[in-house]
Amino acid sequence: MALRTINRTILYLLLIVFALAYLVPVYVVIVTSLKGNAEIDLAHMWWLPKHLDFSSYAEAFNKLAPNLGNSFYLAIPGTIISALLGSLNGYALSKWKFRGANVIFPLILFGMFIPYQSVLIPVIQFMTDIGLYNTIPGLILIHVIYGLPICTLIFRNFYAGIPTDLIEAATIDGTGYWGIYRRIILPLSISGFVVVGIWQFTSIWNEFLFAVSMTQPPNQPVMVALQNLSGSQIVQWNVQMAGAFIAALPTLLVYVLLSRYFVRGLLAGSVKG
Amino acid sequence: MAQNVQTSTGSPLTGLPPALAKRKRPWTWERAYPILTILPSFIAIAVFVYGFIAWTGWISLTHWNSLVPNMSFAGLKNYAMLFGEYRFQADLRNLLFFTILFIFLCLVIGLLLAILVDRKIRAEGLFRNIFIFPMALSFIVTGVVWQWLLSPRSGINLILKAFGWNPSQLPGWYTSTKIIPSIHWGQIQFGIPVALIAVVIAAVWQMSGFAMALYLAGLRAIPEEIHEAARVDGASEWKAFWKVTFPQLRPMTATTIIILAHISMKIFDLIYAMTGPGAAFVTDMPSLNMFNTTFQGNHYAEGAAIAIFMLIALAIVIVPYLISSLRKEGD
Repeated sequence: MALRTINRTILYLLLIVFALAYLVPVYVVIVTSLKGNAEIDLAHMWWLPKHLDFSSYAEAFNKLAPNLGNSFYLAIPGTIISALLGSLNGYALSKWKFRGANVIFPLILFGMFIPYQSVLIPVIQFMTDIGLYNTIPGLILIHVIYGLPICTLIFRNFYAGIPTDLIEAATIDGTGYWGIYRRIILPLSISGFVVVGIWQFTSIWNEFLFAVSMTQPPNQPVMVALQNLSGSQIVQWNVQMAGAFIAALPTLLVYVLLSRYFVRGLLAGSVKG
Repeated sequence: MAQNVQTSTGSPLTGLPPALAKRKRPWTWERAYPILTILPSFIAIAVFVYGFIAWTGWISLTHWNSLVPNMSFAGLKNYAMLFGEYRFQADLRNLLFFTILFIFLCLVIGLLLAILVDRKIRAEGLFRNIFIFPMALSFIVTGVVWQWLLSPRSGINLILKAFGWNPSQLPGWYTSTKIIPSIHWGQIQFGIPVALIAVVIAAVWQMSGFAMALYLAGLRAIPEEIHEAARVDGASEWKAFWKVTFPQLRPMTATTIIILAHISMKIFDLIYAMTGPGAAFVTDMPSLNMFNTTFQGNHYAEGAAIAIFMLIALAIVIVPYLISSLRKEGD
């Protein structure tokens, strides 16, 4: 019994040490962002602020506010459209085996693994041609299309768990393809939508490559603006940390409130295991 | 895959109703609906993934290396040029060492954390959430924060100094140009750039929770009877882990390696935010090189060649994985 107690103590000690190590960046972001310009000093990074100063939050927010707006305008419609398409595709692929589905699905799936550099030049040419270059709707379109594979995959897996008997019974009752989707599948899809919604919102909010290559200053999403903050001549670490905190807040909130679903999306991205 | 999505029907990707599939029915609109549902998405993918890749491939074979498109055929000239360049050779070195270090550290830390969390501990959810939360952040945020933490005259180095590290020999982290062991190779010095280690630390902080989540799912999928049997046989805890648990985790390890490899081969934002290409390209990557070459240098054909190189490297890792996991579900 004594050995067991020692073992448990070591276990918790290890866990706490690791947890603290993972939280170090959070501590540094918070203490740095709450210091005034005068108090920022390389040698005293770890010290708590002598008095709380929220001016760096005000400054970061002023600089990032329009871009935060852009990011919401980008991520919310992008997420909704992606989830709806993913749901429809997942339904067709999991509940209605049709000829060619075995070829179509892997071909769609491969799209989520490609490096986006390999489509970037044509994407920009195409967006310029149709007049959507440097617009948020253009970015929405891009995220919806390149989000199709993962959204389809997650919903396909999710619907595989809905018993076939339900569908068969409905077919016998004469309910058609869309009727089954509306009356059986959709009401059972809520947690699927939550998983896909969180996944897409987080990915679109955090995405950088398309955002930086497809938008110019007034139209840039928040991550590009945050990156530009640090590009300025004098590095104001307090403002940067406040900016990082503000830019990370929406996805962090989603994570804190719905972490269970976040992890499900995370695991779903690995196809199988 | 997530067992939470998976059900008793077995494979997570199937669950297709065989009865519905095999029954011969006359053609009706009903039978066309599934295909019509998929069609728009399929066309979008066909154009934006495959069509655009083909177009990039074609660009990489042309002379378009200025602002004015010049689509005359150049053969493999851009590729040949690339492999002879200092910057691209540095990219290959960096990609190799970044991938190895990143995967190795994520696996080791992820497995360790999963084992700790799996020991029926109190506040399990809290610990799990702390280890996974960096995954919810953008690489840009991570890059900005770790740039501050690894700032050579501050942050981590202050702690190293407090522990008695010689102040004149503190690591320069992402500002360092040191390469260990620095063997002359091609045009570059071969070895692990110190600056790259700084990027690896940030990346591992962000992604090791992912490895933990996968391993935890793997551990939870091992039937309790297997552990029981080992215990009855009188195996020590340590031995039981290596002989019984670890082999069971092999498929999950393979999955994790592939997913992490694919992330590391695409890594762009973190480096963009934290260091950029670095002095003498010590932290440069093909992804960053492609971006600069194409959009700042206007060498479109050369940029396209880098992109195609990235795609091929990734496909070598991903395609066999995709085929094997989809085949498994077909059984």
